[in-house]
Amino acid sequence: MTGAAALFAKARSVGPLVSRIVAAVCGGYALAALFSVAALALPGPLPEAAMTGMVASFLVYAGAVVWVFAVRSATRAWAGLAVAALVLLPLALWVRHGGAA
Amino acid sequence: MSAKQTVAQAPGIRQTMSDLHIWTGLLAGWILYAMFLTGTVSYFKDEISRYMRPELPVAQALPDAGRTAEQVAAAILAQTPGTPQLGITLPTPRNPTASAFWRDPQAKGRGFGSGVFDPATGARLDARETRGGDFFYAFHFNFHYMPVIWGRWLAGLCAMFMLVAIVSGVITHKKIFTDFFTFRWGKGQRSWLDAHAALSVLGLPFHFMITWSGLITLMVLYMPWGLQSLAPPARQAVTSEMRFFVPPGKPAGEAAPLLPLAGFVQQAQARWGPDGAGTVQVNHAGDANARVLVARQQAQRVSTTPQYLLFDGVSGALLKTKDTSGPAATTQGVLYGLHLGRFADIATRWLYFLVSLAGTAMVGTGLVLWTVKRRARLPDPDKPYFGFRVAERLNIAAIAGLSVAMTAFFWGNRLLPMEMAQRANWEIHLFFIAWGLALAWALLRRPKRAWVELLWLAAALLALTPVLNALTTSRPLWRSLAQGDWVYAGLELTLLALAAVHAALALRTARHQPRARPVRKGGASQPPVPALPAEPVGEGA
Repeated sequence: MTGAAALFAKARSVGPLVSRIVAAVCGGYALAALFSVAALALPGPLPEAAMTGMVASFLVYAGAVVWVFAVRSATRAWAGLAVAALVLLPLALWVRHGGAA
Repeated sequence: MSAKQTVAQAPGIRQTMSDLHIWTGLLAGWILYAMFLTGTVSYFKDEISRYMRPELPVAQALPDAGRTAEQVAAAILAQTPGTPQLGITLPTPRNPTASAFWRDPQAKGRGFGSGVFDPATGARLDARETRGGDFFYAFHFNFHYMPVIWGRWLAGLCAMFMLVAIVSGVITHKKIFTDFFTFRWGKGQRSWLDAHAALSVLGLPFHFMITWSGLITLMVLYMPWGLQSLAPPARQAVTSEMRFFVPPGKPAGEAAPLLPLAGFVQQAQARWGPDGAGTVQVNHAGDANARVLVARQQAQRVSTTPQYLLFDGVSGALLKTKDTSGPAATTQGVLYGLHLGRFADIATRWLYFLVSLAGTAMVGTGLVLWTVKRRARLPDPDKPYFGFRVAERLNIAAIAGLSVAMTAFFWGNRLLPMEMAQRANWEIHLFFIAWGLALAWALLRRPKRAWVELLWLAAALLALTPVLNALTTSRPLWRSLAQGDWVYAGLELTLLALAAVHAALALRTARHQPRARPVRKGGASQPPVPALPAEPVGEGA
């Protein structure tokens, strides 16, 4: 193999793993953070909803990490995170624009 | 291989979870072990602090809490008359001195003075300068030699790794309940796996709770996004459920006498019982806008959500009662409270200590299991690959070395000169110097020798600590036993028990013979011969 091809082959073999690690560490955190904002849409007093959001966010993070490594491909990992984010995003945006206040 | 073939051979969930468990456990394991062990001893941090201040008298019966508050407040106000805020933590059976902080513009640092006071007389207590058990407690989530925020982020990262390791460990563990009753003694890797699994499964509710609740204690740092979406009043409503703090407010500018504090403390005791008053805070003493807050004793409840009475300091009127919290806040408070264990009586506290020690052993056996398993598969056991060598040496320093370091902390406490400048910091430096030397030893000696030697060193230091105490203080073990001073006697007996544990580990390690393997030497081109039969995936290691 030429140098470039060898490098490319190495990147291809390690790429999916790196992708999953990024999805787990960064994507998982982003999903947990999104969850903690979306939780403010829960009924009841805002301070209570904020508490629930923070407390549960770590379980969301851990669950996201497990998902990322449990599924069959890095693509599916990202897809799952994206689906969850798409569900939470409207709630979070609604909260951000004063919907829950 | 075609794409179809690759997919058909994709690893199953228990294999992927096993890999995830091993990686998260290994990468965070060395730090997690230190967090676990310092956290474990922190359940007795007050007792350790008393042991490290032998000048303080043996605990007497506690004087009246109201009188203590008055004495200490008078002492502080004599020294810093115009202080806008002072807070007194009333003595408890576990912590029989009164401690206080107060705003002091003259004080260096953040403008706070603090001190420890005799509860009967209000006099400042003079004991050797030491962080005591609070060093282990602070190290547990702040580490040291770094800004507190960095330490907390590092602790949080490791805690997330731990949480993932727990979840993946459960998923990968096939027969989680039957395997709990399996322990194959003396079978090398199998034994380590069984020990690791038993310790993990035995305390699983505790390990999960302690990890999740640990993250919750610092959740305002780790997950502030929801709070940031709130207006300041709502934000304060959240944070005020997590920490007792009422800001000083504005003084009126006109003088007015402060009512005696004992009256306020008595009202709190009427509501919460004779041990119900935990802290007394006075804002703007001597001013017409003075406020007195009496907060409930933390040890009385599991939940850490604050409960307090707010009084007008001049008229005595009860302005506000905070004694309820919403369900989400209470849930958070209970989880937080379970982590701290401040509610625990002596039996529950020992239970906490033992289960937490099991958790520490869980992390330690996991780290050792990693090397034991891979040593069996090394093509040339005398030349392990770099990652293996790193892991092996770090294990020694992180596990045996930490025991040496923690004991060195006690030795420094007894041996450093009383009047030494920065004495408390030097006790801590000694801790890290000892740990660093242990790491150096682990790097220089052959691994098995390093294990045995450091374990014996830890055993010796632990066993000799009561001897050192007898030689340097007037509170030797036999006197503590005779007087029924169970703080001193209990701590020294525990040190002796831990010394025995380390000695037993040292003996077993010294006698350990690696199992004979038919690996051919002198032929790097020869394929490695696996010595153990390949384990089925479901064993989870």
